[in-house]
Amino acid sequence: MATKKYRCKVCGYIHEGDKAPEKCPVCQAPASEFELIDDNGKAITDKKGINKNSNAYILAYTTIIVVVVALLLSITSGALKARQNANVELDKKKQILSSLPAVVLEGADAAQIYAENIKHIYVLDQNGEIKKDLDPVGDFNYAAGENELLIYMAEINQETKWIIPMNGKGLWGAIWGYIALDDDRNTVNGVFFSHASETPGLGANITTTAFRSQFEGKHLMQNGSFASIAVMKAGQIAAGQDQVDALSGGTITSKGVETMLRTSIAPYEPFLKKVETIVNNNQTETAEETVAEEGGTTL
Amino acid sequence: MKSDKFKETLLGPLNKNNPVVVQVLGICSALAVTVQLKPALVMGLSVTIIVALANVIISLLRNTIPNSVRIIVQLVVVAAVVTVVSEVLKAFAYDVSVQLSVYIGLIITNCILMGRLEAFAMSNKPLDSLLDGLGNGIGYAWILIVVAFFRELLGSGKLLGFQIIPESFYEAGYVDNGLMMMPSMALILVACIIWVHRYINKDLQEK
Repeated sequence: MATKKYRCKVCGYIHEGDKAPEKCPVCQAPASEFELIDDNGKAITDKKGINKNSNAYILAYTTIIVVVVALLLSITSGALKARQNANVELDKKKQILSSLPAVVLEGADAAQIYAENIKHIYVLDQNGEIKKDLDPVGDFNYAAGENELLIYMAEINQETKWIIPMNGKGLWGAIWGYIALDDDRNTVNGVFFSHASETPGLGANITTTAFRSQFEGKHLMQNGSFASIAVMKAGQIAAGQDQVDALSGGTITSKGVETMLRTSIAPYEPFLKKVETIVNNNQTETAEETVAEEGGTTL
Repeated sequence: MKSDKFKETLLGPLNKNNPVVVQVLGICSALAVTVQLKPALVMGLSVTIIVALANVIISLLRNTIPNSVRIIVQLVVVAAVVTVVSEVLKAFAYDVSVQLSVYIGLIITNCILMGRLEAFAMSNKPLDSLLDGLGNGIGYAWILIVVAFFRELLGSGKLLGFQIIPESFYEAGYVDNGLMMMPSMALILVACIIWVHRYINKDLQEK
């Protein structure tokens, strides 16, 4: 007898033929819901004699699947870890360098540019004193402890730039960036912003050059104390501080940038006020002059 | 005969059986990634690869999967494939993985995947499943691309980041449509595509 009988486990419909129908005509259950039955209506387990719906089979099956998948994932992760870390490190170097408008990264080896231009990573204490001088390449992944602040010192075309890392939050997730200051520790040389998940076309536009270039030449300090830079809607005026235009449609992200600037740079205030340390006498004079001039104009 | 079936499996989802405009699956991600053309392109490509891969794996396992836990098994396979793809991207194409950021993880929750695994891969051979996965992925991608095309063009006057609407239009008083940037506009555009699609394919119209 060529025809076999299949019973739908959902509704009990019995189909006769060589194989189970693709869909149960009564309840639309898929072929996998059909079981082979003999003439007496008893279910026949498949050839291997394994009942796929027994608890033991299900437990064993899920255990094997989970172990195989876990193994696969950990092998992938382990095998790719080194490459990924190298990528993350290179990306961070690119981000740091992106805060400097003078650096051209397009088609260049970022690691090499980093090694050439970033001279020191200093660890500052709360009073703005330098505690440690780290090797910018070897100690790149130094994790700052409590009450420690990291600052990067770059030398571009014989000019000293100070780069401060920033962290904050936007609308959907984290935003971060780097701000590069001139040697007067006041004038912004350039900024770099990035984000985890801001809205494309709106808040995500903080990464664009159009938004970032607004910060160039703005001042962090007003009358010798830290005032930060305001991010304002067009037409609004921030009293007592420099300001840039916010992004239209990205209000919360723009406010996030403003808050990030204020909270991330504030701990550096003692350091920013100490214009004469580290730098040699010649540079100190010019630095102080510019500060005096700016103090004059803002007054 | 056989090649006709293959053709139907591969090309059906592009038109009469489209996952987005006919089966109405994957709408959620169509809102999220279509503000600009570029993320839509990358998302379409990633979904295509992952659906095809997961379809083949599930199809190979289909005769061993216990019925009562099949959804969980499918989910585990999808999650594993997505995680591996994301790890590989991080190692070998870091820039792309940064651009995709959260979207790659969101693929796990894309209804098209579970829909295809459950409806097709569970009861078909690996080769058919591969074609079905590719077809549905591409069917999803082209809708995304069309929506993103209009949203980026009308919303910010650009395509793939290049300015398309000339400066003189803006000087003459043309203003970008800010509504296009909002997620609700993606729904309206998808609805417009469904409208046109049903108009062309009269047999799809419900009575």
